[in-house]
Amino acid sequence: MQDMSQMSATDQFIFYMQENGLYVFNQFLDHFLISIYGVLLAALVGIPIGIFISKYGKASNVVITLANIIQTIPALALMAILMLVLGLGKTTVIVTVFFYSLLPIIKNTYVGITTINKGVTDAGRGMGMTKTQVLYMIELPLSLSVMITGIRIALVIAIGITAIGAFIGAGGLGDIIIRGTNATDRTAIIMAGALPTALMAILSDILLGAIERQLDPVKRQQKKVISPM
Amino acid sequence: MLKIENLTKIYRGGKIAVDKLNLDIQEGELIAFIGTSGSGKTTALRMINRMVEPTSGRMTLNGKDLTKMNAVTLRRSIGYVIQQIGLMPHMTIRENITLVPQLLKWPKEKKDETARRLIEMVNLPESYLDLYPAQLSGGQQQRIGVLRALAANQDIILMDEPFGALDPITRDTLQDLIKDLQQRLKKTIIFVTHDMDEAIKLADRIAIMHEGKLIQFDTPDNILAAPANDFVKEFIGSHRLIQQKPNIKTVDEVMIKPISITIEKSLDEAIRLMVEKRVDTLFVTDGDNRLQGYLDVESFTGARKTKRSVSECYEKDIFYVKTGSKLQDSVRRILKRNLKNIPVVDEEHHLVGLVTRANIVDIVYDTIWGDEEPTTSSEGQTVSDSFRELISG
Ligand SMILES: Nc1ncnc2c1ncn2[C@@H]1O[C@H](COP(=O)(O)OP(=O)(O)OP(=O)(O)O)[C@@H](O)[C@H]1O
Ligand SMILES: [Mg+2]
Repeated sequence: MQDMSQMSATDQFIFYMQENGLYVFNQFLDHFLISIYGVLLAALVGIPIGIFISKYGKASNVVITLANIIQTIPALALMAILMLVLGLGKTTVIVTVFFYSLLPIIKNTYVGITTINKGVTDAGRGMGMTKTQVLYMIELPLSLSVMITGIRIALVIAIGITAIGAFIGAGGLGDIIIRGTNATDRTAIIMAGALPTALMAILSDILLGAIERQLDPVKRQQKKVISPM
Repeated sequence: MLKIENLTKIYRGGKIAVDKLNLDIQEGELIAFIGTSGSGKTTALRMINRMVEPTSGRMTLNGKDLTKMNAVTLRRSIGYVIQQIGLMPHMTIRENITLVPQLLKWPKEKKDETARRLIEMVNLPESYLDLYPAQLSGGQQQRIGVLRALAANQDIILMDEPFGALDPITRDTLQDLIKDLQQRLKKTIIFVTHDMDEAIKLADRIAIMHEGKLIQFDTPDNILAAPANDFVKEFIGSHRLIQQKPNIKTVDEVMIKPISITIEKSLDEAIRLMVEKRVDTLFVTDGDNRLQGYLDVESFTGARKTKRSVSECYEKDIFYVKTGSKLQDSVRRILKRNLKNIPVVDEEHHLVGLVTRANIVDIVYDTIWGDEEPTTSSEGQTVSDSFRELISG
């Protein structure tokens, strides 16, 4: 074993990663999955709610206010409350992520659908589409990119929340950071937890941003110009 | 065929948009709804395909009560051009045109065939079928909106200001297309417009609406001859009263005998004929006197050395009107397209006459000075005003 105290922080970090690469990678995966599960669960619940409130205007205020209130509770506090019911561990963190993801997902679904040009849905109805066909052939395709934006925002928030989740024993990269705060060579270990967390957030953001642009009907068309006259 | 009785729409909030509308529309008729903005035209039209549910009243189609039909089935059986165009931004032009066939689950080949056939009718290249609506100009989009209503070949077509964003020439072409469709395929068309000229040109009968009420429902001629009240009179506009004169109604009454040449003749003969008759245009016909095109001085220049017969160098692109057409339309067409004259053909495309610019001057002269009573004295208009309006028609 080398004498760690002789090395610079960067060298220590590289050394730590070499020694514990697999461990960091496993925590990275754990971290990512916890965030993804929470967000997917929220999408599963939030998108139908968003569609519903876009159809029944009166419900929208109530639902969005409720989701807004959840958003204002500090993450640690919400997690503590949920812990009382669900106990320590991953489940509690996933449920916390779920609650925080609801607002951006519901709101963006709602906005995505309600901002579609009225003339377009009206034409669809006028051509003889059923309500379901209007939803599947017009409203969902046209609001998909805005919905993905909601999921993207939710996922970035979720990665941050999951890092805190280590405090209640959920594992993930937060675990490494907590270890770092208790160790002697703290800087290197904290970096080994924090850098991958940041990287994950940035990569998710870029990836979903690209998907979002792919799905935007207007931006997509600009690439497909054939022979404008 | 389509019978509308006491149809009323009161929107939430108590706005009476349509008040006890009564219309009896025959099969194959072209009906225009015209009126000021907010007079309830769109509302009346949208009640027919149940986009707006009537508050009270009855609508029957060949005896069947429309209000009891399934609204979705009803809409698929009626073509509809909406006022806001409303193309699907995420679908190609092809998919947009064949939207109703798609809902009716037509096979792919039949849909593609339809899209190709239709886009050709509005003078757009076939390559446009693969573009998206955002890549088209407003007028092009509007044409696609009209095509979409024709794709499933429905018998009834509702059109809400279908020609609003078009330039005069494209509008003219599309109007002709609609009129032709109605006459040839016996479609029943109801369209909304702000433009009295358009209504007079196209409609068999015009429904004039004002503040939700039907003021007058009659043929253009009858409305021009006997406006129901001052509102209608004002709406028609004083300058159109000239058209009221019975002696200048159709092209048949003013056309002259055209100078024509059959297609197999030589160019020398053509020139000799021109010189002899002192004209600059010859109309080219086949052996059966059917109009094929024309030959004018320009078609000769340069071509004479290499070409010998009429068939080699006549112009096939020719505008014409049918016998029985309204004179005002022909005048408008001559002026708008800057033609020197316009030939008249009968149903079998036989060349029967010619309306020239000189003719028009004669008519205007007759209209203004040939009659004892000045036509527009009641409006305090001068003669030169009416002349100018007829010309700018
Ligand atoms: N959904 C609605 N709710 C309440 N009032 C409406 C609604 N739609 C139309 N109106 C009102 O009903 C009246 C008739 O409207 P409509 O759209 O039928 O007029 P229009 O003749 O088509 O006008 P334009 O020529 O401007 O298109 C207007 O006063 C309008 O404000
Ligand atoms: Mg309208």
